[in-house]
Amino acid sequence: MAQNLKDTILNPILKGNPISVLVLGICSSLAVTVQLKGALVMAISVTIVTGLSSLVCSLLRNTIPNRVRIIVQLVIVALMVILVDQILKAGESTYAIDKQLSVYIGLIITNCIVMGRIEAFALGNKPIPSLLDGLANGVGYGLILIIVAFFRELLGSGTLLGFRVLPLSYVPNNLVILPPFALILLGCIIWIHRALDKDLQEK
Amino acid sequence: MEYVSLFVKSIFVDNMIFAYFLGMCSYLAVSKNVKTANGLGLAVIFVLLCTLPINYILFTKVLQPGALVWLSPSLAGVDLSFLSFIIFIAVIAAFTQLVEMIVEKFLPSLYSSLGIYLPLIAVNCAILGGSLFMQQKEFANVGESAVYALGSGIGWYLAIVCLAAIREKMSYCNIPAPLKGMGITFITVGLMGISFMIFMGIQL
Repeated sequence: MAQNLKDTILNPILKGNPISVLVLGICSSLAVTVQLKGALVMAISVTIVTGLSSLVCSLLRNTIPNRVRIIVQLVIVALMVILVDQILKAGESTYAIDKQLSVYIGLIITNCIVMGRIEAFALGNKPIPSLLDGLANGVGYGLILIIVAFFRELLGSGTLLGFRVLPLSYVPNNLVILPPFALILLGCIIWIHRALDKDLQEK
Repeated sequence: MEYVSLFVKSIFVDNMIFAYFLGMCSYLAVSKNVKTANGLGLAVIFVLLCTLPINYILFTKVLQPGALVWLSPSLAGVDLSFLSFIIFIAVIAAFTQLVEMIVEKFLPSLYSSLGIYLPLIAVNCAILGGSLFMQQKEFANVGESAVYALGSGIGWYLAIVCLAAIREKMSYCNIPAPLKGMGITFITVGLMGISFMIFMGIQL
C-alpha cells in the first residue's frame, strides 16, 4: 500500500506529467505564464481544485448515476473554482492577481486535468488516494507552468517575481512575451523530457 | 459596420487558439486528420453560437449586479455574479447533452461520425471561455454576443483545420525521435500563431 501511494504521488510529477506527457490542460494555462507570480497563483489554485474535486467525486462515486456524471462532475468542479475565485477576490494582495488572471481562473472548470483525473482515477478509487492523486497532478502541472513562466519573465522583462534580475542594459525580448512563444517553449520542454526518457517517445 | 469589425476581430485578432490558448486539449488531440477536425470544428461553432446568446441573456437578466430589477425594484441591490461560473457551465453541459440526444435521434450518420467528440465539447475551454469573455467585454445587445460567438467559433474552426492539414503532411517528414508527436505539434502551433499575428491591429 505504501509503495502504491508513493507511486500515486510521484508518477504524475515525472513519468506521467499531465502537461508534457499526457498533454492535458494546456487550454487555459499558457496565457498566465507571462509573469511568474500569476503562474504560481494559477498552479496553487489548480492543485487545490484538482485535489478537492477528486476527493468529493470519489466520496460520491457510488451515488452518481453514470448517464449524468459529466454534469455532476462539472458542478462539483465549478463549486471548487468559485470557492478559490472568491478567496482570491477577498485577499488584498491577491485581488490584483485575480484581475490579471481574468477569465483563466474560471477556465479551471474546463481544465482537462481536473476532469481527466476524476474520470480516470477518482471514480474508481478510495477518497484518500484520489485526493493525493489530484494534488500530485496539480503539482506536476504547476511545475511545467512555473518553468515556462520562469523563462518568459526572465527573458521577456528581465525580472523574476517583479524583482530585476538581469542588468538594465538587457534589452527585453518581446517575442518571448507574445502568446506563440509559450507554445514553442513547451514544445522544447517536451523535447528535452522525451530525449531524457526514451520510453515516452512516440513511434 | 461595428458587427463586421467585431466579426473579423474575433476570427483573426482575438483568435481563441492563437491569442488565448482556449480549447487546446481537443485542438491537439483531434487534429490528426482533416475530416474529424472538420466535424469537431463545425460542432464547436454550432454550440458556441447557441450557448453564448443564452448565457448573455442569463447574465444581463439574472446574474449582473442589479439585473433582477425587472422582477421587482427592491431587488436592485442583489448581485449574483459569483454564480456565473456554475450557471454558464450548467447551460453549456445541458445544451451539449441536448444536442447529442437530438443528433443521435434524427441524424444517426452524423452522430456516428462525430463519435465521442460531441460530449467532449462540454469541457472545451473555448466554449466556456467565450461566455466568460462575453461577461468581460460587456456587449451592448444579444446580436453583438451572437456575432462574437460566430466569429470566435469560425476562428477556432480555421485553426483546427489548418493544423490538421499541416499534420497530415508532416507525417511524411523525418523528425528527431524525441520531438515526434506532441513536441513538433506545439512548435508548429507556435509558428502558426506568429503568422496569425499579421492580423493584429486590423481596424475596420
